[in-house]
Amino acid sequence: MVSRKGTISEFREASISEFFEKNRHILGFDSPQKSLFMIVKEAMDNSLDACEEYQILPEITVSISKIGDDEYSIMVEDNGPGIERKHVPDVFGRLLYGSRFHSLKQSRGQQGIGITAAILYGQITTAAPTYIKTKRESDDVAYEFELGLDVKHNVADLHYERPVIWNVPHGTHIAIKAKGKYQTGKQSIFEYIKECAVANPNATFHFIDPDGKRYDILRVVETPSLPAIPVKPHPLGLEVGEIMIMAKSSEAPNMKSFLKMEFNRISDNVADEILEKSSLDKSKDPKQLSLPEIKLLKEAFTKVKLMPPPTDCLSGLGPEFIRKGLKSVYGENKPSHYSKPISRPVSIYNGNPFSVEAGLVFGGNLRADEPIRIVRFANKVPLLYQPGACVITKSISEMDWRPYGFDQKGGTGIPFGPAIVFVHVYGIRMPFTSESKEAIASVPEISSEISTALKMLGRGVKLFLGKKDRRQKVYEKFRLVSALLPEIGRKSAAILGKPSPELDPVISKIANVVFVTEEINKQDDVFNITVRTINYTKNKVSMKLFADPATGDDIPQNLQWEIDSLEPSKEFSAQFSMPAIQDYQGTNYYFTGIDPVRVQGAEPLPADFGTGSVEVMETEDEENVTK
Amino acid sequence: MSQNETSVKLSSIVERVYNTLTTGEIPEILMPSRNKDNIVLDPKYSVWKYGSTTVARSAKTVDGAEYMVKLLYVIDFINEMIREGKSSTLREMYYISEGWNLGKFHTQDESNMLAEDLEVISSMMREDFKLRPEENGASVIGNITLEEKTRKGEFKRINCKDDVGDGGYPIPYSVESDKLRFVGADAEYVLALETGGMFDRLVENGFDEDSRCILVHLKGQPARSTRRLLKRMNTELNLPIYVFTDGDPWSFRIYGSIAYGAIKTAHISDYLAVPTAEFIGVTASDILNYDLPTDKLNDKDIAALNAELKDPRFTSEFWKSEIETMLQIGKKAEQQALAKYGLDYVTRTYLPEKISQLAGR
Repeated sequence: MVSRKGTISEFREASISEFFEKNRHILGFDSPQKSLFMIVKEAMDNSLDACEEYQILPEITVSISKIGDDEYSIMVEDNGPGIERKHVPDVFGRLLYGSRFHSLKQSRGQQGIGITAAILYGQITTAAPTYIKTKRESDDVAYEFELGLDVKHNVADLHYERPVIWNVPHGTHIAIKAKGKYQTGKQSIFEYIKECAVANPNATFHFIDPDGKRYDILRVVETPSLPAIPVKPHPLGLEVGEIMIMAKSSEAPNMKSFLKMEFNRISDNVADEILEKSSLDKSKDPKQLSLPEIKLLKEAFTKVKLMPPPTDCLSGLGPEFIRKGLKSVYGENKPSHYSKPISRPVSIYNGNPFSVEAGLVFGGNLRADEPIRIVRFANKVPLLYQPGACVITKSISEMDWRPYGFDQKGGTGIPFGPAIVFVHVYGIRMPFTSESKEAIASVPEISSEISTALKMLGRGVKLFLGKKDRRQKVYEKFRLVSALLPEIGRKSAAILGKPSPELDPVISKIANVVFVTEEINKQDDVFNITVRTINYTKNKVSMKLFADPATGDDIPQNLQWEIDSLEPSKEFSAQFSMPAIQDYQGTNYYFTGIDPVRVQGAEPLPADFGTGSVEVMETEDEENVTK
Repeated sequence: MSQNETSVKLSSIVERVYNTLTTGEIPEILMPSRNKDNIVLDPKYSVWKYGSTTVARSAKTVDGAEYMVKLLYVIDFINEMIREGKSSTLREMYYISEGWNLGKFHTQDESNMLAEDLEVISSMMREDFKLRPEENGASVIGNITLEEKTRKGEFKRINCKDDVGDGGYPIPYSVESDKLRFVGADAEYVLALETGGMFDRLVENGFDEDSRCILVHLKGQPARSTRRLLKRMNTELNLPIYVFTDGDPWSFRIYGSIAYGAIKTAHISDYLAVPTAEFIGVTASDILNYDLPTDKLNDKDIAALNAELKDPRFTSEFWKSEIETMLQIGKKAEQQALAKYGLDYVTRTYLPEKISQLAGR
């Protein structure tokens, strides 16, 4: 219940700072390890948001240094647009101060809470102020600040502010001293940066750990990401309290203009209809609305026909970003299969638009006997904590992965297999399980969209594995005609003391195809691959062969070969090398210019389907002749 | 079968493969299917035989071609042994196959199976192939005189009562007539015993002399040569075969394999099985009648007994009632449990009683 005396804003400023000081775990500062992580996360989220808004390709440096027993200095520097000097104290030193608080927009950072909470945490644990340096492109010099928080009045406690020379076009640098514990591993700062790099392949990240070790992750995409468009709230996506706040702070003179100005999808006619259904006076001042009246209004929203919210206000990563991001960060595992990234259309829950994107890498050096790795994102931000509470993890556990070639006891739980699954849920007003935004709540609409995306990924894996099976079959048949049958001929001739029999007629009876097969010789950490094309048909063949090392890139020129008039029983061989990987699944071979039913061990080049450049060969198929 | 005949027979198998290849066709090997469903009880001899289902191993598939390569290597190896007058154990052949490249065996089971297949395909015996099983043969004590061909190629005469020690005469891996010949026997029957303990007890008590019988120690599930020797004693010397084992489902199977043959050797049941062999005990009725010390049947025992109720070898009234009784009392007993009544009880009381019952049946 909101007190009826005094304004909402007074109420907010009087107690919010104190409240958060007492309840900092709500914001995720609940353990020394996590607190360091939260500080980095909040600063980075702001940097990436600002770069996106100004269409800048981000370059972010994070440095952690130990300054005491359990005290660290956390420095985050970006090449973002910088912050106007007069706004700095408010942006960093006031809770709930932010340009985004009253407009709804898909964003990474928290609505004016995150970075201030981080500064507050530093102040509480070390009593040290925070250092900020920022430069805008239009300014000649940068400005540096040292500030803390005046918790009582929710304003910045500014120690100094002065111009300083900083030789960058624009950017912001923040250094917070805080108590904490530096950890490595699954929920570490570096892991967070790596996952940020997956979602932001157009960003370059530098990380310097407390031992002074430096890591660089360079951008692989040169296009800035699309910013999301701010939208007004849709009537169906609001709680009573939120409508209350909107009404109290609205500039609208009367109810009708309040409805038309502050909400999305309320036209003149619809506004009249709502007022009629709620029996509220058109000319009433929205600031005067009582709680029962607001409830009436909320109910009226459900009684009228409202258009769904616009969906162009969301910005996903897009297939290219997903593929490149996964490749640049997880490419070291040399996956043998990159799924086609899935982008679901925008859906709506409770009047809030949202969407799901997903990607998957499979095979390579990833362990098949371990649970799949789940990489979760919400609004382009990696989620590292509380996986069990998150709808992404739940959707993965509830799905039966067995039909797609994964191991999963009883068809529930996290499946086992050599895969990393990436799921990104983004939207306006994401339903997080807590203020610290560590997990997405289980909303049926979101869950079902995730499941759909996962099934699409699963089908991709199944197709890939099917291809592998077919390759295995081809290999076996090849072994049959190239090794086993000659051995039968040789050995039986040797026992009887007769000449070895001529095997070609038998082999073309069994095969009657053109075989494409590879032989791998490992030398140190290089695979020398020989690809052999053997004509076991009775006619000459001509074709073009392509080797696709499954990197997700286009096939380079040196992996394409023209095979011209290959005689029956003759072979064409070519060599190439690639870096060795464990669990190598074989290269994909494609061909053009020959009837697909006559080739084993390679597939028609995908773009070649139906181009009609098919050479029909007339031979009767003796494979199915039985005695 | 003479060694030359063996070579000729094996060569004809190779020739079939070779000739098929030279005519441009895909070679295949035909043989009776060796799975359980294709085992039938031959009413004429009341032994187990393969039925009419045949399988073809064709070189059209990788498995079939691999099989053929291995078969050719095995034939080549057998030919070599015949030329050099050597023999080897199945295990030795498995290790020798290490050098066979594409014909290499992955497990010993695989090579044993292939040797059996070759017997089926060629309708010859493993002994013809110079392949010996691993287990050393069991032993014989009793008044029987035979001649065994030694390493020097001469036949040496042995009386299994006077020319042997307490261990008895060890049965060689091959007991075919080119290796072992009967001279004569002074006995009324052959008593086949499951355990070494009982064999030694009867030997110590002089049961073979007192009861004019030949004792054969089976050493558990009897080896082929042991069963073949029993068969030859039965057919050539007209001696009835009595089987005396522990009283449990596994021992019933020992009797079954002696009397009717086993699945693995169904192709040579005529050579091995003695359909007239009689089971002495220990039966479920013995457990009750002689009030023997027992063990409880475990789950595996119960499952085996139930399987035997469906087994064509145990369909007679006698077996049905014995197996059902055992299931009912839920107990099994060892043959040495008879020692409850003293060391002489088995030779003075139990065996004479049981054998006179059989004679009266």
